[in-house]
Amino acid sequence: MACECGNCIDYSVLDRIVEESRGKEGILINVLHSVQEHYGALTPDIQKRISDGLNIPLSQVYGTVTFYHFFTMVPKGKYVIKICTGTACYVRGANKLVENFVDKLGIEVGQTTNDGLFSLETVRCVGACSLAPVVTINDVDIYKRVSPKEIDGIIAGYRQKEAE
Amino acid sequence: MSLYRMHILVCAGAGCITSGCKEVSEALKKALKENNLQNEIMVLETGCMGACELGPIAVIYPEGVFYKKLKPENMAEIVEEHVVKGRVVEKYLYKTPDEKIIKKINEIEFFKRQKKIVLRNCGFIDPTKIEEYIARDGYEACAKAFEMSKSEVIDIIKKSGLRGRGGGGFPAGVKWDFTSKSEGDQKYIVCNADEGDPGAFMDRSVLEGDPHLIIEGMMIAGYAVGANQGYVYCRAEYPLAIERLNLAIKQAEKYGLLGKNILGTDFSFNMDVRIGAGAFVCGEETALIESIEGKRGEPRPRPPYPAVKGLFNKPTVINNVETWANITYIIQHGWEHFRTIGTEKNPGTKVFALAGDITNAGLVEVPMGTSLREIVFDIGGGVLGGKKFKAAQTGGPSGGCIPAEHLDIKVDFDTLKTLGTMMGSGGLIVMSEDTCMVDLAKFFMQFCVDESCGKCVPCRIGTKRMYEILEKITSGRAEMEDLNRLRILASNIKEAALCGLGQTAPNPVLSTLRYFEDEYIEHIEKKKCKTKVCKALIKYEITEKCVGCGVCKRACPVNVISGERKEMHIIDQTACIKCGMCYDKCPFDAITVE
Repeated sequence: MACECGNCIDYSVLDRIVEESRGKEGILINVLHSVQEHYGALTPDIQKRISDGLNIPLSQVYGTVTFYHFFTMVPKGKYVIKICTGTACYVRGANKLVENFVDKLGIEVGQTTNDGLFSLETVRCVGACSLAPVVTINDVDIYKRVSPKEIDGIIAGYRQKEAE
Repeated sequence: MSLYRMHILVCAGAGCITSGCKEVSEALKKALKENNLQNEIMVLETGCMGACELGPIAVIYPEGVFYKKLKPENMAEIVEEHVVKGRVVEKYLYKTPDEKIIKKINEIEFFKRQKKIVLRNCGFIDPTKIEEYIARDGYEACAKAFEMSKSEVIDIIKKSGLRGRGGGGFPAGVKWDFTSKSEGDQKYIVCNADEGDPGAFMDRSVLEGDPHLIIEGMMIAGYAVGANQGYVYCRAEYPLAIERLNLAIKQAEKYGLLGKNILGTDFSFNMDVRIGAGAFVCGEETALIESIEGKRGEPRPRPPYPAVKGLFNKPTVINNVETWANITYIIQHGWEHFRTIGTEKNPGTKVFALAGDITNAGLVEVPMGTSLREIVFDIGGGVLGGKKFKAAQTGGPSGGCIPAEHLDIKVDFDTLKTLGTMMGSGGLIVMSEDTCMVDLAKFFMQFCVDESCGKCVPCRIGTKRMYEILEKITSGRAEMEDLNRLRILASNIKEAALCGLGQTAPNPVLSTLRYFEDEYIEHIEKKKCKTKVCKALIKYEITEKCVGCGVCKRACPVNVISGERKEMHIIDQTACIKCGMCYDKCPFDAITVE
């Protein structure tokens, strides 16, 4: 039963994921993926609950969460901008894109804007090298052969979507 | 089942999806429906055809007419002209650089020179339908293998000379043999689909375009070595590959091709997909095994090798996606035939992901031993924008570069090693004269610093020190002795690091030092970067051509350009951040960069 006070987090989804995975060998990373997808971040409380549920030491859960780039302990912005910095994108000017995004959003790579709208990240190769440089937003919207000139337009598009 | 008079294949590989092929395919289906042709013409969304630069692509069979760079609004025209009236629409056809129009896919140089084994189904079948894989002789090889004894199967793979396509080139059959001879009640088959090498997308295309090929290859190995569980470890950055694999596994289970007593034999095999979480080191086989076990992806010391003590400490065969993709072909056609392709010591083909400054970026498969010149120029169409070829990088952050003077080498595992680079998984990045080799080395070194798992000192600290020296060189603060320091550090890391990632991390530096030492020296002694990439070493200046229009002043993000209207402007060099905005914006080419 979810608490109705409004302050508590509803853990029923987490508990269901853990329940389905219990006893499967080496399932931790898959569980972390599913839980992060639902809750946005793997906070200390969430890690504790996973540790209890799967009967895996909290130190191992924490160690795994902090080892992989994909997992985060703080919630990300609504739109996660990922700039590919793989070799092909690098050769075709990904660094310039990073500088420009940092400049335009006023945040460093790995940070989230104050309004919680954008997070900025770099990724190692999304495998669309023939279309380099590539920028993806929430892994769904993919921008190919991006030039620094297009950045304003891209950001404005999402801001407008929010305003509507 | 209805008969179709024409099949239209729309490429739905990662590149084409990015280029908008879904909309093209929808528009095509709509146009067919408007002409009431939906029961006569079949539209198929296939895996990657390889010509990513030309996407979205559609190929119309039986003739094999190849249309490129399509937009949704073109599709009605193609249906009305080509499908209804039988007239090929010339304006969407492929044109060679000298403007010759080519109609058919197999007449285009890019496709003509390739030999497809691994990619034989990619771009021909709908990867979401097991029936299409079966129609292309899918699951025939496993039936054939099940009729042989286990040692016969291993023997065929051994005799085929197939070498692991993940980078090292270790003979696959030998790995299988070790695993089959290891004691253990439980054994595992693992597919390494953690394609972390930046600039490589071969494995992704196979998984997305022909997932059953991998399942069948792994199943055959399972039969041969006595394993009944397989895992595919796929990186999280490839959500579509994961989706397709999971779907393929479900379909195979439904057909009884996975599960208990496959094809009426007493052999049982199950498969699961495990997802990575963004760690390059997990491409190293022992780190990958740790990660499948749900732990931090830190490598284990070897020996014991996975063939003896692998996943959950049981004997494990671990091969890369492309290696698995070769298995069914070898079983179906025999090892003798396989050895006729490629070279004596490197039989078969190799898939390359062409990227960087190249005209036909995309996916190609060629026999081992094809010359680099043929790959880059004849198939790849040469350097983008007609620029000069400077070098090609193979093997990603673990490999090295091949300069122009070695363009005629035959590309295989052994030749690349003699040049100080390696095959790697097959990423091939072409670089034009605009690339600074010191900066490139720094880029790869930073990659290794970021991705070092931190378990062993040589890699964790050594790569950081190397990066710092490179940083000194590219910012003009280095001395000649630094080159020596780089070399000493490099050889120590190579010898002392625990895993393949660390041992090969210095390679890009060593290789650029070997072929482009003069560039390093120029950076150090003359404090100059002739490609104008290293920012600390360049200077923007406004020349007398300036008419005082003020465009640069407005463009400058840090407001360091001053000057009255209609008078020559000046850049304050002490505050300039060298972003190059003024240079890009100046309408009179009055700004120089030195």
